[in-house]
Amino acid sequence: MTPAFEPEALSWYEGSARQRIAALVDPGSFREAVGPEERATSPHLALFDLPEQFDDGMIVGQAAFEGTPILVAAQEGRFMGGAVGEVHGAKLVGLLRAAKSLALDVLVLFDTGGVRLQEANAGETAIAEIMRALVEARLSGSRVVGLIGGRSGCYGGGGLIAGCCSALLVTEQGRIGVTGPEVIETNRGVEEFDARDRALVWRTMGGKHRYLIGGADRYVDDGPEAFRAAVRDVLAAPGRLDLATLDAEQARLERRLARFGAARDATDIWSALGVAEAQAVPGLSTQAFRAVALGRESAHDAR
Amino acid sequence: MERLSYTLSAPIPAGGTKPRAIVGVVASGNLEVLLERALAPDLCTVEIATAAHGFAEIWAAVVADFVARRAAGGLRIAINDGGARPDTVALRLAQGARLIAGDAA
Amino acid sequence: MTLAEILAGLFPEGHAVTVADGLILGHGPRPGGGRVHVLGIAEGTPLGIDGALALAGQVLAIVRSGDGAPILMPIDSASQRMSRRDELLGLNEYLAHLAKALMLAEAAGHPTLGLLYGRSAAGAFIATALATARLVALPGAHPEVMDLPSMARVTKLSLDVLTDKARATPVFAPGLDNLVQTGAIGAIWDPQRPLAEQMEASLAASHPGGDDRDRLGAERGGRPRAAAIAERVAAQVAGRA
Repeated sequence: MTPAFEPEALSWYEGSARQRIAALVDPGSFREAVGPEERATSPHLALFDLPEQFDDGMIVGQAAFEGTPILVAAQEGRFMGGAVGEVHGAKLVGLLRAAKSLALDVLVLFDTGGVRLQEANAGETAIAEIMRALVEARLSGSRVVGLIGGRSGCYGGGGLIAGCCSALLVTEQGRIGVTGPEVIETNRGVEEFDARDRALVWRTMGGKHRYLIGGADRYVDDGPEAFRAAVRDVLAAPGRLDLATLDAEQARLERRLARFGAARDATDIWSALGVAEAQAVPGLSTQAFRAVALGRESAHDAR
Repeated sequence: MERLSYTLSAPIPAGGTKPRAIVGVVASGNLEVLLERALAPDLCTVEIATAAHGFAEIWAAVVADFVARRAAGGLRIAINDGGARPDTVALRLAQGARLIAGDAA
Repeated sequence: MTLAEILAGLFPEGHAVTVADGLILGHGPRPGGGRVHVLGIAEGTPLGIDGALALAGQVLAIVRSGDGAPILMPIDSASQRMSRRDELLGLNEYLAHLAKALMLAEAAGHPTLGLLYGRSAAGAFIATALATARLVALPGAHPEVMDLPSMARVTKLSLDVLTDKARATPVFAPGLDNLVQTGAIGAIWDPQRPLAEQMEASLAASHPGGDDRDRLGAERGGRPRAAAIAERVAAQVAGRA
């Protein structure tokens, strides 16, 4: 189902999952699978007297990207923080299994705080199944590209799924992590992490930092045209996942740990990467940022 | 969850030919509305699931107003409510009617 | 069972497995000849970037060796390590890297067998035990996504209310039986029977080559919808491709 709006005016951050899909793929090409009319809702939320969403916050289907068939999944970050429940997770598992059997690439539009606590065991197991299906699809040649720039970020199990993708595209607003700021603070104290310090959150987990440290492959503006260009760019290279890939990833993660393992703050890391005025990074425009990011750590497909 | 259900005669049939449309998100203060072209053109049904109990009269009024004034005939409408105010509900219903008719929302 | 008892039960003729900095490393002999690589986490240790990198390096070395030997992964961990440093350096990549390495090992002919014998939680659970192709547990193991008091705080429900709801469903509360019912854990070993036999049986169990956890979850009732939904999505997408 296509929302009616102006695609190029869309703020990715502000948009809904459906709006993002509609703006990203070829116009009118999206065909949803197990759509809201099937009412495949969560069987577990009623116990908590919580409202359901007909698509359980995960929209999947196929589309065309610049004429080529592709599979698409998008999380609705405003429904339960995009958190992964039984049905939500199963839809993405099914899509990734289809990617392998049909030899298609996948675009995953992340927007999630992690596992849905009310269905924690189902969500956790789904995350593991998603990772396996994703890796199997990649092993047989599919590319799985992650897009991160929504309000819930890409946390918890979502961060682990993202780490299994062929390539990651991130905006300034995007955040990637495992443990969220509030949970670090609750468990380890405000000295370890002040969750209300938004600048700290973005320096530690935000799009610019992830791009600089090699945790994301493209840094883009907050809109569908920028994401489209980046998707086009990463799909131009073939996908690969084998021992050589993981050996190369082991090397780059070892190098990162050796170079920056003693860093106190992201600004220390950015300075070490050759950024002249690390303090100024958060305020830089996309163009200015990309210019100073030339010395960044790149994954070079070692992912 | 409270479940409400209304069946009304609809003076204006839904426009366009699309079989279904969806608007909104189930978030705090928001709602999702699923519209399906499934009934006789002079009938409209609205089913609501809401965690906010005791507002049946207000729902009835908003729904009646929508069906009387918008192109709602033939539509089976299902709502998941995240605690939206009546004006937001009215807005989403109107957006839904326009969307299924194929008009710009 | 303690780790020492488990290792003695698995390798009655002796083994070369040690624990250092909370990581389990080494190998032991199989009854029919050949070896089992042993890699895992002990002492309820949290899994951070350093540990994940070390374990992944070991897995990749095994794949490089091409010896085709299985990898046993005993787990008694905490959750992922929660710290500014781990997040700053990209813990999500380190944990995903370990999971990918285990999956690659399986694909390259090294059967992977997770053995949950203690605790495990959240990101550590996903990157280790849940990344193996076969996961078993010993009685007394305690897997969780989040402890109930923390869950109560986050969901803004009283612990009493949450505990009460946990009686009605296996889908959210911590515990071995709940994760078995969800399909995440394949089987529980019997500590009264020889462990080496049970390990050989787990390794030999027919492996259709697909991930059957959602099917198990449906059969056992812990996840009534997942398997059918995944299949329906795949069928609809294929039908229109």
